[in-house]
Amino acid sequence: MTEGKVSMIEAMVDVFGSAITGSEIQCGDQQVVHVEPSNNLEILTWLKDTEGYDYDLLLDVTAVDYGSIPGVEVVYQLWSITNKQLLRIKCALPEDSLKIRSVADLWGSANWLEREVYDLFGVQFEGHPDLRRILMPKNYSEGHPLRKDFPLRGRFSREKQTELALKQDYEDYYSPEQLEGFGQRSDD
Amino acid sequence: MSVKQTIELPQGNLDSGNMLVNIGPQHPATHGVLRLLCELDGETIVQIDPDIGYLHSSFEKLGEFRTWNQIVPLTDRMDYLAPLMYNCVYVMAVEKLMDLKVTERCKVVRVLCMEMERIFSHLLWLGTTAIDVGAFTPFLYAFQERERIYKLHEAFTGARITTSATRIGGMMADLPEGWTDQLRNFVETFPETLDEIDSLLTRNGIHLGRTQGIGTISGSDAVNAGFTGPNLRASGIDYDLRKDRPYYDYETYTFEVPIGKNGDCYDRYLVRMEEMRQSLKILDQALRRLPGGPINVDDPRVSLPSKTDCMNDMESMIHHFKIVTEGVRVPPGDCYFAIEGSKGELGMYVVSDGGEKPVRWRVRPPSFVNLSVLPQLAEGHQVSDLIMINASLDIVLGEIDR
Amino acid sequence: MGIKDRQNEQLPVAGNSDLTFLTTKVDFVVNWARRNSLWPMPFGTACCAIEMMASAASNFDLARFGMERMSFSPRQADVLICAGRVPYKLAPVLRRTWDQMMQPKWCISMGACASSGGVFDTYSMVQGIDTIVPVDVYVPGCPPRPEGLIYGLMMIQEKIKSESMADHERLRREDPEGAGRPVADSSEVKALTGVFGNSTQQDKFSSLAQTARPGRFKDVLK
Repeated sequence: MTEGKVSMIEAMVDVFGSAITGSEIQCGDQQVVHVEPSNNLEILTWLKDTEGYDYDLLLDVTAVDYGSIPGVEVVYQLWSITNKQLLRIKCALPEDSLKIRSVADLWGSANWLEREVYDLFGVQFEGHPDLRRILMPKNYSEGHPLRKDFPLRGRFSREKQTELALKQDYEDYYSPEQLEGFGQRSDD
Repeated sequence: MSVKQTIELPQGNLDSGNMLVNIGPQHPATHGVLRLLCELDGETIVQIDPDIGYLHSSFEKLGEFRTWNQIVPLTDRMDYLAPLMYNCVYVMAVEKLMDLKVTERCKVVRVLCMEMERIFSHLLWLGTTAIDVGAFTPFLYAFQERERIYKLHEAFTGARITTSATRIGGMMADLPEGWTDQLRNFVETFPETLDEIDSLLTRNGIHLGRTQGIGTISGSDAVNAGFTGPNLRASGIDYDLRKDRPYYDYETYTFEVPIGKNGDCYDRYLVRMEEMRQSLKILDQALRRLPGGPINVDDPRVSLPSKTDCMNDMESMIHHFKIVTEGVRVPPGDCYFAIEGSKGELGMYVVSDGGEKPVRWRVRPPSFVNLSVLPQLAEGHQVSDLIMINASLDIVLGEIDR
Repeated sequence: MGIKDRQNEQLPVAGNSDLTFLTTKVDFVVNWARRNSLWPMPFGTACCAIEMMASAASNFDLARFGMERMSFSPRQADVLICAGRVPYKLAPVLRRTWDQMMQPKWCISMGACASSGGVFDTYSMVQGIDTIVPVDVYVPGCPPRPEGLIYGLMMIQEKIKSESMADHERLRREDPEGAGRPVADSSEVKALTGVFGNSTQQDKFSSLAQTARPGRFKDVLK
């Protein structure tokens, strides 16, 4: 089992060279690979499509803000149904460019998971078909809540938060023109 | 008296444009505060945009401000349909990160809890889904059985829903006297009710008409979309964490994993019904093998020294003081641990920097990913089918929005 | 019996000696009718909603109180049961549901989260729905047991019992601008809570507001 993993790391280094910045084993049996954020799409495509690895199930896309290290780390959890292997890919993003390429074309499940990361961490996923806030209101103006510099109770006072919340007009959503993705009204 | 009426037909073309219909967020059929914006061509769904976040309670942010053990009460408020299961998986993830081996008794007790919760969660799904297709009786039957599990929760933890029963390294207490007999009684008598519900729905013409061929998804599409749990197995993919990545000696229990064929609402229903029966089998075996011995691990990192030691021994008292005031400390590192939840792969990703609070506590939400497929499933179906498809995915908004 | 028979039926006429009378106060009979057929509007969001469903199911059986008809349309409902957490995103929905309900109407805040925010003193949560809608009865618990909810409903019934038609205007008056505005002013809160502040006015005096970890870049406000 361990043999296979070591050889997979070697194969990855053979193909991608310096884009693989490190690997470690966590908790005894969890393989973690650190990769360059600029190469994330190629590496994940390779892992999904290469015979013998077949990481066909993207379990999770999330991010971690360590606080002590500037920037945000995007984490992918992969699982191979045929080989029964778990793999964790990490991409550390520097704080001045929170950008990474989207994998929504590879896995459908990445669509909402990436939107959530964008909503809560402010990471821009380039090439994402529909990148907008998913959990917070569309006009939320206090920032990205899961960053470490975001206060637990938000930036505004409770009074202001309530006022802003009650100002949201749900009638807006009924007109198709104001909805992203709902703009095409057939007029025949 | 008769009145002759002439109806004026409107001249010219009728407005045949698409309609926008808003379902939710406060709607009985959305199983929570889910909002669905549907663009309709007549009755047919052209596209759907699910709008979630109406129950975003910021669990993950709150977790960064709580000590490791204080997160346990948050977990059961996340999925209130299977609270004990969430309690268990969280502490299991932390224990794996700490490399802490729990006692044999604790393992079996947690298996009992998790399988009981699977039935608990599936029963609510069954009742509410039956209401959505117009059958009210299964709801009452299901809630009667749920009420018995509520009683088991209450006897064990003192609460009906918000159980908070686990601690890192064990449970909050050992099982109370007579609890296993109550559970055995449930395991023995529950199949009768299940058969009754089965006879009401499985060959029911209305139910078949409402579910067969509705919301079909193929196996490869389901994998691509990130489906897990009963939804994925209904599409014919054999992926069950209890078999594929076994934890807590699940490989030693005898049970089968039901696999569907067509991936429609009816198969999802059948898979869940069969899962309840298999859970009963596991419960039966676990009750037979429940070993004696301590339930909490004896590890100085997590367990409190005994009262006598605290009174007589300086070091024990300091140890007691430090655990109580500072909480458990978890070594630096990160850990992803998942179990086969009632709704799919339920994972916890915990990141520690060695402190008394986590750096990040992430829940891999099964229903969040399952719900994201809804637009794809419902496209081309009627509005009434949308309700059935949404119900068949078995979502819980507390965990989707977190 | 057909329609014909019904047409030939003798209509009750005042002074007919066969009729029996019952004299009572209008207040009593109106309140009696109102309190025994309360139609709840279930605004269920989280865990409490499951307990609300349990109270409607066979073991606890809300129907005993004339409340078996859960009114999912606010237009036909008398009492709003807000069961569960209410984030700010849901606040306008709750307000709107309340506004759509006809007078006379009552409101139950079920559970700790609806009443005070509960454990969720965070950026996304309303700290008690009484900042959004007026509340008649608070049911404590996390979540309350079905018996607790039933007791809350019985308290509403008691409340209705003591209402008077003559006082209708005063009882139903609602400040349209009041929603979202704290009732107590800062000095009052400070006098009661000292340096800790409370969850709605924490930013004035409490150091609890500084919960962010320092030493990180500012994320961009949009």
